[in-house]
Amino acid sequence: MIRDITLGQYYPGDSLIHRLDARTKIIATLLYLIELFVVNNFYGFLITAAVLFVIIAISKVPLKFIFRGLTAVFLIIAFTFVLNLFMVDGRVLWHWKFLTITYEGLSRAFFMAVRLVLIIIGSSIMTLTTKPVELTDGLEKLLSPFSKIGLPSHEIALMMTIALRFIPTLMEETDKIIKAQQARGADFESGNLFQRAKSLIPILVPLFVSSFRIAQDLALAMEARCYHGGPGRTRMNEIRFDRGDAVAAVLMLLFLAVIIASRFISF
Amino acid sequence: MSISVRNLNYVYNPGMPGETVALNDVSFDVADGTILGIIGHTGSGKSTLLQHLNGLIKPTSGEVYINGECITDGKVKMTDIRRKVGLVFQYPEYQLFEETVRKDVAFGPKNLGLDEEEQEARVKKAIGLVGLDYDEIKDLSPFELSGGMKRRVAIAGVIAMDPKILILDEPTAGLDPSAHRDILAMVRRIHDEMGIILIFVSHNMGDIAEMSDRVMVMSEGRVALEGTPAEVFSQSDRLAEMGLGVPPAREITELIKSKVPQFESEALTIDGAAEDIKKYMEEARG
Ligand SMILES: Nc1ncnc2c1ncn2[C@@H]1O[C@H](COP(=O)(O)OP(=O)(O)O)[C@@H](O)[C@H]1O
Ligand SMILES: [Mg+2]
Repeated sequence: MIRDITLGQYYPGDSLIHRLDARTKIIATLLYLIELFVVNNFYGFLITAAVLFVIIAISKVPLKFIFRGLTAVFLIIAFTFVLNLFMVDGRVLWHWKFLTITYEGLSRAFFMAVRLVLIIIGSSIMTLTTKPVELTDGLEKLLSPFSKIGLPSHEIALMMTIALRFIPTLMEETDKIIKAQQARGADFESGNLFQRAKSLIPILVPLFVSSFRIAQDLALAMEARCYHGGPGRTRMNEIRFDRGDAVAAVLMLLFLAVIIASRFISF
Repeated sequence: MSISVRNLNYVYNPGMPGETVALNDVSFDVADGTILGIIGHTGSGKSTLLQHLNGLIKPTSGEVYINGECITDGKVKMTDIRRKVGLVFQYPEYQLFEETVRKDVAFGPKNLGLDEEEQEARVKKAIGLVGLDYDEIKDLSPFELSGGMKRRVAIAGVIAMDPKILILDEPTAGLDPSAHRDILAMVRRIHDEMGIILIFVSHNMGDIAEMSDRVMVMSEGRVALEGTPAEVFSQSDRLAEMGLGVPPAREITELIKSKVPQFESEALTIDGAAEDIKKYMEEARG
C-alpha cells in the first residue's frame, strides 16, 4: 500500500530520457507544469497526454509502474473531482436535496481531475528517470547563479538529496510500524473520519521518533567524514549538457507553442 | 494449538523492478507446546514467513492453518487471528507510542474490545510476565526506559493480547549480553507459564540449541533443514554451506575430539559439554 507511492522513486534504466542532463529534465518538467495551466480545453490535454505517452514509451518505464503511483493519490483526485462536481454553478443536470450537479460542474470536475493526473504522471516521469543525486546536482547548478545574492543553493540541494534519499527508508519504516501495530490489533480501515485520524497516532509517533534517530545518525556520519558544506566541494560525476539535451529543449519549446495554439481551438 | 504451513510462496513486488522471491514452497508443522527456533542467513525469508503466520502478509500461493483453520482463504476475521497469534517484530521498541507504559501495553487489549477492568488485569499480568514491576513502571514514559526495558515493555504489549502462539523475530538483536540473557530467560518463562507455542528467530546458535525443541533452517526462501537440535546441528557441513555455524559447545567438543580421539560427546549446550568433559576426565583418571 504505502510502497505504491512512486513519486520520488527512481526506475533504473538507460533510455534516452534517463541519459538527458538533469537540468534539461527539471526545466522541461517546470515548463510542462506551467503548460498544464495554460491549457484551457480538452484538446490541449489530449495533445499533452499524447506527448507524455511518447516520452513514457521512450523512457521504457513500464506503464504499470507509473499507474501504480496514481492509485496512491487516488483519494486526492477523487476528492478534487467531487468538490468540483458539486461546487460549480450553471446549467442544472441533476438535483437531489441540497446536492446539485451542473453541466459546468461536471466538465470542470473532469478537467481538474485530468490536470491532476497529468501533473502527477509528468512529475513522476522526471523522478523515475533521474537518479536523486543527479536531480539535486542539477538543481544546485540551476540555482547557483542565485547564490551570489545569498541563496544557499548547495544547502537547498543537499536538503533535497537527503529528503529524496530517505523517502524509501521512511516508507519501509512506516510499513513496518503499521504492521507492528496491526499485530497488536490496530484497525486503520474502519470508523468515522475522527476515529481514523486518531488511529494514525500509533503510526505517527513512532515514525517521528524514528525520523529523529535517523537524522541524528546521518548528521553524525556526515561529520565523521568531514562534511563542511558548499564552497570548494568537487563531485565525482560532473553533469553535462549535450546534443540530446539541445534536441529535447527544442522539442519542449515546440510543444509549448503547440499548447498555446491549442487555446484557440474551439468546439 | 497447532500450525500447518503448506506450499507457501511469496514474491515481493511481482512484475516490478526489485521483484524478490522471498518464500519458495515452504511447508512445515508445529505441534502444541513446541518451542521452534528458526535460523537462516539475512534475507533467507524468516521475517516474511513469520508475517504470514498472523495474516499480516497474504501469500502469493499456499496455505497457513492455525489449529486446523485456514487463515489464508480470506474468510476468517483478522482480529481473531491476531488474538491467537502474537507477533513481536524485530526491534519492537520502535513501535512504542503512548505517554505511559500502562497505556502502551493496554493498546492491544483495547483493540480487542475488552473492558477497562479486563484491560488492566491483562496489562498487570503481561508486565509481570516480562519481569518488570507494574507499580514502579506503569506511569513512566516508555521513551525514558533503557533499551532492554523498552523491549520488554514492547513484548508485554503483545503478550497482553493473551496469544496462544507467540512469535518473536530476533528478540535479542542489538542487546548487551546481560539484557540478552534476561530476554531469553523471560521468553522461556513466558512459554512455560502460558503453555503456548513459541517461535523465535535468532542468529545465536547457542541460544537456539538451549531453547528449542525443534529447529528450522531457512535458506534462500526454502526450508533447508528441519528437526531436533541434535539432528540439525549434526549436519555442520550443510550449515557451513549456508553460512551458518553450530553452537559454541559443539565447536569446543569437535575441537577436543580432533585432538583427543577417545573423547566422546554429542552435547549442544555448554552445560552438556562440561558434563561430558568431566566424565571423560574421571574415566581417564580412574
Ligand atoms: N518489504 C519488502 N519489499 C521488498 N523486498 C523485501 C521486503 N522485505 C523483505 N524483502 C526481501 O525478501 C527477502 C527475504 O527477506 P526477509 O524475510 O526479511 O529475510 P530475513 O528475515 O531472513 O532476513 C530478502 O531478499 C529481502 O530483501
Ligand atoms: Mg528478518
